[in-house]
Formats: sequence, C-alpha cells, structure tokens
Amino acid sequence: MDQQHSGTALAPGQTAPDFTLPATPDQNLSLSDLKGAPVILAFYPADWSPVCGDQMALYNEVLPEFRHYGAQLVGISTDGVWCHSAFAAERKLHFPLLADFEPKGEVARAYGVYRAHEGTSERALFVIDSAGRIAWSHVSPVGINPGADGILGALDQLATPPQPTGVAS
Amino acid sequence: MSQLNPPVSADDHAAGPEDAPVTLVEYGDYECPYCGMAYPVLKALQEALGSRLRFVFRNFPLTEAHPHASRAAAFAEAAATIGRFWEAHDMLYEHQDALDDRSLLAYGHALGLDRAAVLAAFEGAYDEKIRRDFRGGLRSGVNGTPCLFINGRRYDGPVDLDTLVDSIQRLGDSYA
Repeated sequence: MDQQHSGTALAPGQTAPDFTLPATPDQNLSLSDLKGAPVILAFYPADWSPVCGDQMALYNEVLPEFRHYGAQLVGISTDGVWCHSAFAAERKLHFPLLADFEPKGEVARAYGVYRAHEGTSERALFVIDSAGRIAWSHVSPVGINPGADGILGALDQLATPPQPTGVAS
Repeated sequence: MSQLNPPVSADDHAAGPEDAPVTLVEYGDYECPYCGMAYPVLKALQEALGSRLRFVFRNFPLTEAHPHASRAAAFAEAAATIGRFWEAHDMLYEHQDALDDRSLLAYGHALGLDRAAVLAAFEGAYDEKIRRDFRGGLRSGVNGTPCLFINGRRYDGPVDLDTLVDSIQRLGDSYA
C-alpha cells in the first residue's frame, strides 16, 4: 500500500497493540480507551523541532478535519511527560502527547518503529479503525514532515463502506 | 500526492495572465518568517518572468503557532473584495512585525477598506474561504509554509531566484 514502508512497521490488517502511557504527569491514556472510533497514532522523533515545518503544529490545525471523521489524534515520542507538557503549552497543542519514556520506546518497539541507535521512534503514522485494527500506516524519513494527506485519505476509506463484492442476499 | 488539488480556478487570487505558460502557486501564512523570506524572492521572480508567469496565493495559516495569521489572512480576503488583494498581500509581508488588529485596521484605511469591512473580516466573514484553501493544501500534501507548486507539481527545491528560474526554464524546455 505504501512505498515508503519500513521493513518492520506493523502493516494494515494487523491488530494495533494496546498500550497505556502517561498523557500528563498524573494521567494515563490507553489505546483501548479510544476504541469505537478511528485513532491516529503519530509517532515522532522529538519535541521542539522547528516551528513552521513542525508536524505536530500542522496536525494541531487539522484537528477539525480529524474530528469530522470522529477520529482522535494522539502524538507519541520518547520524550518525558514534563517535556511534553512544556512543548504542548508552548505550541498550544490541543491533543494528547504520550510519553513512551519508560521502559523507553516500548510502544514504538511494539509497532516496529523504534530507532535503537537514536533512542527515538521513527516518524511513523498509523490509522487504526474503530475495531482496533491498523487500517493504514506510513513511515517517513525522519527529517520529512509527512503532512496530513495520507491520514485524510485513510480516514476517507474508513468512512466509505466497502463495496459489496457478491450478490446481496 | 504532490499534485495540486484543487487546480487553480477563478476562486483563486492570481497575478499575471491566465494563459501564462507557468503558474506558480504558493501556500502561505502571513506571519510565517519563512514566507516572509520567500516574499522578495517571489517578487523578483515575477519581475524576471513577466507575463510568462501567473502567481497564485492560497492561505495556509498555522493559527496556533502564529496568533495574527488568521486575521491577517482575513484582512487580505477583505481587500480582495475591493480589488486590492495583492496590495494587502504585499503590505502584510512587508510589515510582518506589525500584524496586530490595530495595524491591520490602519492598513485597511490606507487601502480604502472601511473599518466595518475589516472588523467583519476579523469576525469570520472569510473564514470559510480561508479554510477551503487550507483543506485543499492538506489534500495536496502541504506540510508547512511556504509550499510551492509549479504548474501543479510540488516544488521542493531552495527558494532562491536562480534555482527557481532554472527549474522553470527546464520545465519550459521539456514542453518544447
């Protein structure tokens, strides 16, 4: 489905591994909490990349479109909760950033997008359907902001009922 | 994915002849410093290419990162209704350090745009149009600003006059 798929990232059709990570210093978020609607997992290497080309700043502006599909966006990096909260406050982000900090990168590893040498995740996107299956995934070069067109295309597909293949009974 | 969608239409702000062989579309944010740096380059490009170039500007404001971007875009849209979009566009990029409401009202006054029209823009009169630009940008793969498309194809090269002229020249050769 996707040309730039890294060899290891979980592919469409697989069940999205559940996880529980801190979203704030005193709150956890589990993937299973979000079941029943599409979820966009956006793994990114680190907080505080330059503003104008920043992927999280872009997605912050796309939230109304994601909401239109009933989809919840979640950012994940190996930064800690205090780093995330400072970053989210400074950039006025209106979606949760999860800290995949301890054990470091455990969730990124489960999704096949951990970069052991750097100690960060890949820049990787997963769109998960309401039943918890991966519907679409994409790994970008670390320095390239993938934009939102791939996510929106995947959400379009989820929103369109599959064409019947046989004769209706 | 790097194709411009929707294509340029009558809905767009365009400078230069409609049948120009080259159409350059910029997705921009009036408060983005990189767009500010691109502004004189694109001006010079327009001068260098003259009637061979049609330049189109579409809104792609990152409103949380740039608190004045949304109202600046709305102001330029209001100016478009009296046929002065490009003057507003230039004014904004030439005064990126003063994009607060009071400054925008003053620019409106200078352009002959009455206060009520600017205030209506602030209140959201053009939000739908701006959002439409933004959504089109998202679908075209715009991931930050400025983002340029030359004849509908994404341009990822450096934004300097020589490189842009070269790229456009090569495009022309491939048509010939």
